[in-house]
Amino acid sequence: MDGDFIELDRVEKVFEVRRKTGFLKRERRQVRAVDSISFTVPRGEMVGYIGPNGAGKSTTIKMLTGILTPSGGRLRVAGIDPSRERSRLAHRIGVVFGQRTTLWWDLPLIDSYRLVHRMYRIPDGRYRENLDRCVELLDLADLLDVPVRQLSLGQRMRGDIAAALLHDPEVLYLDEPTIGLDVISKAKVRGFLRDLNAERGTTVLLTTHDLQDIEQLCSRVMVIDHGRLMYDGPLAGLHEVGESERTLVVDLERELPPIEVPEARVVKVEGPRQWLAFPASGSAAPLVARIAAEYPLVDLSVREPDIEAVIAQMYADRATA
Amino acid sequence: MGAGRLYAAVASGAFRRYATYRAATAAGVFTNTVFGLILVYTYLALWDEKPHLGGYDQAQAVTYVWLGQALLSTLAIGGGGVEDELMERIRTGDIAIDLYRPADLQLWWLSADLGRALFQLMGRGVLPFVFGAVFFPVALPSDAGTWAAFLVAVLLAMLVGFGIRFLVALSAFWLLDGTGVAQTAWITGFFCSGMVLPLNVFPGAIGETVRALPWSSLLQAPADVLLGRAEPWGVFAFQGAWALALLALGRLVQSVATRRVVVQGG
Repeated sequence: MDGDFIELDRVEKVFEVRRKTGFLKRERRQVRAVDSISFTVPRGEMVGYIGPNGAGKSTTIKMLTGILTPSGGRLRVAGIDPSRERSRLAHRIGVVFGQRTTLWWDLPLIDSYRLVHRMYRIPDGRYRENLDRCVELLDLADLLDVPVRQLSLGQRMRGDIAAALLHDPEVLYLDEPTIGLDVISKAKVRGFLRDLNAERGTTVLLTTHDLQDIEQLCSRVMVIDHGRLMYDGPLAGLHEVGESERTLVVDLERELPPIEVPEARVVKVEGPRQWLAFPASGSAAPLVARIAAEYPLVDLSVREPDIEAVIAQMYADRATA
Repeated sequence: MGAGRLYAAVASGAFRRYATYRAATAAGVFTNTVFGLILVYTYLALWDEKPHLGGYDQAQAVTYVWLGQALLSTLAIGGGGVEDELMERIRTGDIAIDLYRPADLQLWWLSADLGRALFQLMGRGVLPFVFGAVFFPVALPSDAGTWAAFLVAVLLAMLVGFGIRFLVALSAFWLLDGTGVAQTAWITGFFCSGMVLPLNVFPGAIGETVRALPWSSLLQAPADVLLGRAEPWGVFAFQGAWALALLALGRLVQSVATRRVVVQGG
């Protein structure tokens, strides 16, 4: 069973949308939020699940928690059909929705944890142990007595992640866990998730818009758009499939004609600043070395291709193929 | 037993949560006292004109007023119970979080509302009532048994009150914005619970009808027990029947609503 802890076999979710088309007239239209998706996730894997807004990511997560019933196909988490046995599954999964909170707004953080303790009937010793661990690793010690409404977004997110883990879930679904967080908070959250996965073998399914989340955490990424699975494999492969490019921004001492180097091409010039595109699969180091050697370089920075651009590129390729 | 501890924790959390807002509580006490004063003088004038209106003497009418002020926020007769938050969660989709938790939606919110009601009774209810009892002639029972029966009637009133408001909140699953339903419910509740005038004042068929409706469990029923105008067991049976019926209906609507969400999406 280790091979398929999460199993989706041609899973579909069709919503019926009623639209007003005139006075008292309604038109019924079917929207395929998830269109025949199949994948499996083995126990202990950390998978990124990405795609543009409205691609069907959250719908998939909701089906995996059992709060949405698939319209078709077969779905199992830990051998359980989520929508049929939502409560039984609840004890084995943890969920964090970046844009929602499970914490009690007006009460100190610790109160929410006490509630989780009771709700999941966590044995006292286990609860203590898990809480201590989360408090230490997520840096919550000073926050436990602070009402949730007074926490910053990053603090609240760490608080929410702890709340989702106190009952030792075997799988953790994270829906945009780093949205709106600053660099330090993001790093903290990522570090914690990495340790959690390494030490406890918790399976993690992560949806995000932040490519760095995926880069730093996930060995495998799945791309979904319009309800269809477009890619399933390593992140590096995604760059190849998408033929995505990174951008090197170069500041020269003065205005010069476009830089000529074999590894990259100039896409934009603005005074002494030039933008060079090079394949995301390649290394920036030799390129930087060559430019530094041949041109009067003042400053430079590398911009990663953002996920939307990678995906957009993928579709462009598919459409022409 | 484990489940009992969860819901006890929910209730105590709700209690402390409302206790956080001390300024709001103080303002509430003040409002209830002022509102009580206005009503008391209105009632006194009315009972001067029509002594023994509805079978109450003046002291009983005054007691009724202060009891109403004590129970107004406790039973959230004019709104302000947990249903506001529940409706907001349905509207924003946060309800999804409640649905994947291993806890029952209705029991959860019932516990939270009982915690809230208990705080409102102690924090907002007792002071105006004591104020009324000190500065006006009131008719209070002298035996502990009647007081105990009164508290049971208040507890049952809390259940009925929640039963009504939970149904109001669930309407948001269909309407998304349940404000209209809520406001209609508050106005109906205000009148039909006897908050404006005791229900035994209303004559004929109207009186019969309002006294049979669930809202009469809220204020009229505990008042009847406190003022010794009704056999407690009969009152309990009436309130208990409404509580059961409303909570059962709430369960039914809840399962239809969640199935709808689960099948159709939020």
